[in-house]
Amino acid sequence: MGRKLLFDKAHIEGIRYYDVYRANGGYGSAEKALKSMSPEQVLDEVKKSGLRGRGGAGFPTGMKWSFIAKPEGVPRYLVCNADESEPGTFKDRYLMEFIPHLLIEGLLISSYTLGCNSCYIYIRGEYAWIPDILEEAIADAKKNGWLGKNIQGTGFDLEIYVQRGAGAYICGEETALIESLEGKRGNPRIKPPFPAVKGLWDCPTVVNNVETLATVVPILRIGGEEYAKYGTGKSTGTKLISACGNINKPGVYEIEMNISVEEFIYSDEYCGGIPNGKRLKACIPGGSSVPILPANLLLKTAKGEPRMMTYESLSDGGFATGTMLGSGGFIVLDEDQCIVKNTLTFARFYHHESCGQCSPCREGTGWMKRVLLNIENGKGKMSDIDLLWDIQRKIEGNTICPLGDAAAWPVAAAIRHFRDEFEWHVLHPEEATKRNYGLAHYADPLEIAAPAAV
Amino acid sequence: MFSEEKLNKVKEIIARYPAGKQKSALIPVLHLAQEEFGGWLSSETMDYVASLLQIKPIEVYEVATFYSMFNLKPVGKYVFEVCQTGPCMLRGSDNIIDYIKKKLDISVGETTKDGLFTLKTVECLGACGYAPMMQLGKHYREHLTPEKVDAIIEECRSKAN
Amino acid sequence: MAEEKKLFKVKIDNISVEVEPGTTILNAARKIGGDIVPPAMCYYSKLQGSGGKCRTCLVKVSKGSDADPRPMPKLVASCRTTVMDGMEVANITSPEVLDARKGVVEFLLLNHPLDCPVCDQAGECHLQDLSYEHGADSTRYEFKRRTFDRVDIGDKIQLHMTRCILCYRCVFTADQLTEKREHGVLGRGEAAEIGTYIQQSLDNNFIGNVIDVCPVGALTDKTFRFKNRVWFLKPVDAHRECHDPKCCGKTVLWMRGDEIFRVTARKDKYGEVEEWICDTCRFDKKEAKDWIIEGPRQIERQSVISQGHYVGVHKPKDPLVDVLDGRQPKLLLDIHNISEVNKPNVDLSKIQGPAHSDDFNKK
Repeated sequence: MGRKLLFDKAHIEGIRYYDVYRANGGYGSAEKALKSMSPEQVLDEVKKSGLRGRGGAGFPTGMKWSFIAKPEGVPRYLVCNADESEPGTFKDRYLMEFIPHLLIEGLLISSYTLGCNSCYIYIRGEYAWIPDILEEAIADAKKNGWLGKNIQGTGFDLEIYVQRGAGAYICGEETALIESLEGKRGNPRIKPPFPAVKGLWDCPTVVNNVETLATVVPILRIGGEEYAKYGTGKSTGTKLISACGNINKPGVYEIEMNISVEEFIYSDEYCGGIPNGKRLKACIPGGSSVPILPANLLLKTAKGEPRMMTYESLSDGGFATGTMLGSGGFIVLDEDQCIVKNTLTFARFYHHESCGQCSPCREGTGWMKRVLLNIENGKGKMSDIDLLWDIQRKIEGNTICPLGDAAAWPVAAAIRHFRDEFEWHVLHPEEATKRNYGLAHYADPLEIAAPAAV
Repeated sequence: MFSEEKLNKVKEIIARYPAGKQKSALIPVLHLAQEEFGGWLSSETMDYVASLLQIKPIEVYEVATFYSMFNLKPVGKYVFEVCQTGPCMLRGSDNIIDYIKKKLDISVGETTKDGLFTLKTVECLGACGYAPMMQLGKHYREHLTPEKVDAIIEECRSKAN
Repeated sequence: MAEEKKLFKVKIDNISVEVEPGTTILNAARKIGGDIVPPAMCYYSKLQGSGGKCRTCLVKVSKGSDADPRPMPKLVASCRTTVMDGMEVANITSPEVLDARKGVVEFLLLNHPLDCPVCDQAGECHLQDLSYEHGADSTRYEFKRRTFDRVDIGDKIQLHMTRCILCYRCVFTADQLTEKREHGVLGRGEAAEIGTYIQQSLDNNFIGNVIDVCPVGALTDKTFRFKNRVWFLKPVDAHRECHDPKCCGKTVLWMRGDEIFRVTARKDKYGEVEEWICDTCRFDKKEAKDWIIEGPRQIERQSVISQGHYVGVHKPKDPLVDVLDGRQPKLLLDIHNISEVNKPNVDLSKIQGPAHSDDFNKK
């Protein structure tokens, strides 16, 4: 069994409620931080832990916190990004639904470190029942002196509020989230200025993902140095992976970042393999926006080494032969799946979710969707494949926010690795509506270039 | 238009933000209004929300038209919002959508003649591991099969009577 | 002792310029002027918060600053990125920028109708200029274009959303110039549109300025629609004493003979309004007697508007004046003093066959 830090007590009956959570050591880390440590010391522990943002970008959390501006007399805000909307990702939902106090404790420690007295949890609107769970937990925490004025006699004040979104993927982008929290359209802001200087209501603001903030709790419990011993290299600690698609046991798993992708897919502890004896065709390991990889490149890197579930190993080989850990939305495709159809659904998703503020994303996402729809429906042309490549190339990097990149990458990777499947769709339009291209050669062993003789 | 109780709720929401930042309450109040006034936002409702928050009506329209959860046209009593993005598609959401269409004899975006059901397709709702799924009111219905869809339709019908 | 403000040195396409801290790359480029100025479709220097959306002004920052010389990883919007001391920027010298810009122009034109022949903006349309300079000659888009119905927002302004490129300028204008904004951006993504939601007239004495800030023909002057083409009209500078304190009263009258076809604010060479005017001046004063005419408006030479009439056209600059820098040319050497050839007293037409040095040596 892999070691767990977030879900170590998840199996305990009633851990959702304050009494059980507290009885099992809950709020111990908060007590330690508030009563015996200065904010600088807490920040130091987080820095030592090597914790990286769990929302997708993987930016070091300690560094992000140290950027926050501290002008006199201006309030600072901590915003918890619970707008989990990346297709394939549903880990934060599990955390909030079943262990809400872990998040609240994390928010308390983080707010103390950053010097915030108000904290907002921005949760996606569709998770309509979760605010009730969170608000109940907040009320219980308050009743027991963990929120409100003069927390546990330390003189520190904190209020946590839950704000529901209303259906917009773009609000997962931190500046769009801030705009939405201010009661506006979720249009990402043009940076700089960054939220650390001018964020919510123009005050210094830190926006962190749910899992990131919850992870602060075990870091304080075992210490930053000890936390850094978990995992591999710069991928320290554990990561929540939400696994879905064609696997036997979809769900949310906490993994220590030292297992291989193969183990994650096939071991009974995690995904439990692929149903009905089907074979693995492809996988999108970090949420819909990261590049899709064919089975052979997924399990082994281009160098022939086994691919591990870490930030570094998954991105080994760059976009040419690698992908990203992203948000940990692990989508598995078996041999019966059609790459063109899958790419089309993602293109449709990004088209639907584009805010429409900047022209490459507003116009380009719809164009890609329509071209893909033509190919899928047997009306594609060979030149459409190159056209798609060119459209994504002109969106990537040229937009205000990363949604443009997120829309471009899945299309680029699908063409890069599965071009023959696209061509087959174009050349056999009739057949393509009846059957699919199948596994083809996507699981064949890789040809590894022999190391040059010395 | 809001009851005393709802007005208090609005006040409570506004109190979450610093003074003068009551515009932040817009999305939560629109949710409240949509629940209260028949599941959709008429222009009168939006104007009312604008007056409650002391902002210009256009600021409300801008926001209400941006977010996909706000209905700007009347919808059925029960709205089936079936997810169709990648992970759900891999698990057969297309078949579920087809089944509902046939069963209720409506196409996507339409409401049944009795005004009970509306079928919508939506993009990823964050329940990929429990696919195929749909949102029905406040809750998710997951691991859908044709049998489950039948049961849900029956459940709604009996509740409506 | 007044502290001297330190200026930042910036290099754009290898041309150096010194600007105040806080200046954007675009404005630094405008200080240099000429071909290296990035085009801008949404940025408007007079409107706070504008810019960053259209992405036509993307440039490459090849050196961040003297302190941190690392290049920026992505192309940046020059209208919203401020300069740093020692920054080096590539615009037209970067193939990457030109390629990206070509892509942006294609995206902007994707859903834009090809109705220039019937569009009132033709001839002074920024998108027309942009696509002429940076666009491709045909489209690769094979799908139905997005269309909207025309709507009247008030009796003086028509909104033709099909042509809109969503620059947000008109929204900023209404926000910053009028007391109450009544139109905004509705919908999301590709379906986003400028509108009032509930159809209503925009009722404010400064709302007419949205026509002037619109880079395309989406917002047009109903009192001028289909009356004439701008290049057949003669623009003259004029002013009147306007009683609205916010109105400068300085305008351009677009005339043919004695008839005033339309009134606009005065625009600089980047197409930006110099000073705002009120709707009374714009819509209601269409008689020559309402105005004190100053003289012909100077129009940029490349503009089609300058083609019909030659008054006020900028003459090409004589480069010699700059080179000599005030010095008078002086003959340094007279060829006839040192050479026998080309003597002015020898009549070349009298020489038989090709000229030879002997022909000049003859005494």
